[in-house]
Amino acid sequence: MIATQRLHLVDRVNPVSRLAAAMLLTTPLLLTVDWVSAAVALGVQLVLFAMAGVTPRVLIARGWPILIAAPIAGLSMLLYGQPEGTEYWSFWLARITDGSIELAVAVTVRVLAIGLPAVLLFMNVDPTELADGLAQIAKLPSRFVLGALAGARLVGLFMEDWRAMALSRRARGIGDHGVVRRFATMAFALLVLAIRRGSKLATAMEARGFGSDHPRTWARESRVGWPDALLLCIAVAIAVLAISCAVWAGTFHAVWA
Amino acid sequence: MGRVSETTRPARVEARGWGWRHAGRKRTALDRIDLVVSPGERVLLLGPSGSGKSTLLHALAGVHGGAEEGEEFGSLLIDGEWPGAVRGRASLVLQDPDSQVILARVGDDVAFGCENLGIPRDEIWPRARRALDEVGLDLPLDHSTSALSGGQKQRLALAGALAMGPGLLLLDEPTANLDPAGVHEVRQAVARTLDRTGATFVVVEHRVDVWIDLVTRVVVLGRDGRLIADGEPQEVISTQRDTLLAAGVWVPGVPPAVSAARPVPAASVVDLEGIGLAIGRRSDAVVRSDLSLALPRAASTVLTGPNGAGKSTLALTMGGLLPPLGGRVRASEALARGLKTDPIRWRSRELLSRIGTVFQEPEHQFVASTVHRELEVAPRALGLDAATTARRTREVLERLGLDRLAEANPFTLSGGEQRRLTVGCALVSQPGVVILDEPTFGQDRLTWIELVTLLRGLVDEGTTLLSVSHDAAYLDALGDQHLDLGSDALRMEAAA
Amino acid sequence: MHTAASETSSPSTPRTSRDLRWRVVDIVVASVIGVATGLLFLFWNNVGYAWFSAADALTPGLGGVAVGIWLIGGVLGGLIIRKPGAALFVELLAAIVSALVGNQWGIETIYSGLAQGLGAELVFAIFAYRRFGLVPAMLAGAAAGAAAWTLELFVSGNLAKSAEFLGLYFTTVVISGAVLAGLLGWLIVRGLAATGALSRFAAGQDVAQRV
Repeated sequence: MIATQRLHLVDRVNPVSRLAAAMLLTTPLLLTVDWVSAAVALGVQLVLFAMAGVTPRVLIARGWPILIAAPIAGLSMLLYGQPEGTEYWSFWLARITDGSIELAVAVTVRVLAIGLPAVLLFMNVDPTELADGLAQIAKLPSRFVLGALAGARLVGLFMEDWRAMALSRRARGIGDHGVVRRFATMAFALLVLAIRRGSKLATAMEARGFGSDHPRTWARESRVGWPDALLLCIAVAIAVLAISCAVWAGTFHAVWA
Repeated sequence: MGRVSETTRPARVEARGWGWRHAGRKRTALDRIDLVVSPGERVLLLGPSGSGKSTLLHALAGVHGGAEEGEEFGSLLIDGEWPGAVRGRASLVLQDPDSQVILARVGDDVAFGCENLGIPRDEIWPRARRALDEVGLDLPLDHSTSALSGGQKQRLALAGALAMGPGLLLLDEPTANLDPAGVHEVRQAVARTLDRTGATFVVVEHRVDVWIDLVTRVVVLGRDGRLIADGEPQEVISTQRDTLLAAGVWVPGVPPAVSAARPVPAASVVDLEGIGLAIGRRSDAVVRSDLSLALPRAASTVLTGPNGAGKSTLALTMGGLLPPLGGRVRASEALARGLKTDPIRWRSRELLSRIGTVFQEPEHQFVASTVHRELEVAPRALGLDAATTARRTREVLERLGLDRLAEANPFTLSGGEQRRLTVGCALVSQPGVVILDEPTFGQDRLTWIELVTLLRGLVDEGTTLLSVSHDAAYLDALGDQHLDLGSDALRMEAAA
Repeated sequence: MHTAASETSSPSTPRTSRDLRWRVVDIVVASVIGVATGLLFLFWNNVGYAWFSAADALTPGLGGVAVGIWLIGGVLGGLIIRKPGAALFVELLAAIVSALVGNQWGIETIYSGLAQGLGAELVFAIFAYRRFGLVPAMLAGAAAGAAAWTLELFVSGNLAKSAEFLGLYFTTVVISGAVLAGLLGWLIVRGLAATGALSRFAAGQDVAQRV
């Protein structure tokens, strides 16, 4: 995994602002299924991310699930999209038509335009900083934010548990067969361990005064500044540009239409 | 409520007819406790498992949960107030190092308690640094908490507790899961802290010798959750000796009644050997290389060494669970019974009747919903017929004293019972070699004796044993051959 | 009893055996379950999605059969924690973990988590957070499926698909939710209670028979 790739601008933005930027950028794109808005948004994003320091290698290393998912979503739309215009092929409910071809192209590009920014913006997010931002900037309830953060930190232990359990299955004589069953026993045991650990962690947190109604202070101040404002402006600008182009080109196709 | 304590004025504890019943239980965990601890007193709290020691500490820390978790009787007060109302007056360090690290960075973790008490930011960081100094953790504030050893994690938890400036320091078996070096680190840190702050101190622990010189008073709880002795440390230890021994407490000066290790006969056959081994959990990370060792048949070998020396990794490699990264593991023809002599190339089912491995954490091994079914896993995998399966399972249940618990869920057993069950799961397939990783971790004296006696019995019947352990008493009892991974090179000659 | 405690516990929350306020242990364990479910999603995002996409691409709407696993967070949260918002919190957190680690749906995952969690939450709320048996569990799973289907009409552009497809897809998603999230979730919680791991929760105290 390429975890240490630094990004210009993005790395200086509070994780909460990155979350907001991802939402501002992609939510408007969810309103329409058309290839123009998606292609404009994707094109601008790719140029900007390249300028921020995302190399093609990083793009593939971090974005491969999206790169795979996009054509698959397109194929589904190709076969079952609302039929319109000339029909080229049909089998039972599947019909490839002019309309479904256009929708398929639109959906493929749209998955990329919506999926990539989230992955790339969150590439270097530190969970502690995200939690600080969610509680201090976004003012979400601190009990829930910190509880979730502490719970998330146990993931490292879960990974060790998982490895030990896999070895123990071999020692118990059930290591060779029944992948599904073995996975099920391990997932269940992991859940048991997770809940046990979580219960103990809760006690440890309460022992340090966590969870009272008393207002808490923050040792680390979560800040926002001009890089945050800039990123949010860029996000809004891309969304506005993409939607405007689609309207201008006459391809805007609202999802509820 | 939520008042922040100024500095560390030692707290006074007063229990009057106090008791607690866990939700869903008929019996009270603690019953009519009358106890006054004066400011600055240092108390060692002893008693058998299930006597409610932890419950009392949790109640003092104000973390025993509300009405959803149980029912409270009488009164329990810190400086005349309900513990939940004076958060920060008492702070608690628990047993499990992994479950009390709260945040990802050392500094943040220590600061966490101060934040919750509403201490201003400018004051938090000096407090955090002072607390880290006090426990002797000389680490940068942004050091990752997951990279710490068990002893360091416990000292981190202690620092987090100290930064809150408590007048009452509560420790719940803080060293039970640590190796001797870790135990020493924690004990020294606590001693330093108490000498500086003069805080009132209550510790629960099975190993009396760790704390006896530090405490001024010993309190003993009985199996029924009532107070049975209270007084000067030496006096209580000597008058209550038998009660304490029966409760599983490690009383100083009373060694466990088990036979000592015996020398390995010179002409012993070797069952399993490692030749020029390089070991590691991942193929790109060699932990140790050039290790040679041999396990003589029907003898017990104990492998010791400092944290991170690769003891467990070596044991797993010898057990055919991890591939050697260099050199090879060779089984005797008698052990291999017609298979190739590299255990890593055996199938899971073939390994089962040749080498049994018992992991450090019993819960990593459980796959079934009852003790009985757990024991049947191996016979089933071996394809044994129903009659043989039933006979072997019954034998193991009786031998391990688990017949009463045959229908219990393995996860609900006590620590000692779980350990016996995992040993039983290995025995039921009758392997020639049994490998155990830290079998006495966190065991009280009674379960310790049961386990060591059981293992010696196996060796007497001809089983070859390899244990990883840091426990000196275990080495005395089962170290027929002692291999120390801390020494420069591990060679077969070390076996003599 | 509770002589000293009564004056400090907040008067607005009377001490009943069914306190709907979240304790710290509720929050932390809900978070742990959320994170663990999120990790399960990461696995299912590959395995389950392979089925989903193969079926989705080649058959009309049968991809929905695989959807249930993605809905299990809400059922687990509701059944174990038994507090208002638990189903929503667990499903949403699982979605956030899945999105932050990286998946094909990006920010959309969070909206899905929100919708699916609300679907399950609604059912537990209708039962007034008093019933946590098999029927509420399966209904919660089915409702989460219906919510997922509704959201996908918009965010996945499914409104542009044919009515036959949508009908079939709705049926499979709802059945999958009831079985793979509802029934399976209920079985898991029953198993967890038997291990004693839920001893600090009402869900575990109902089952625990040890004295």
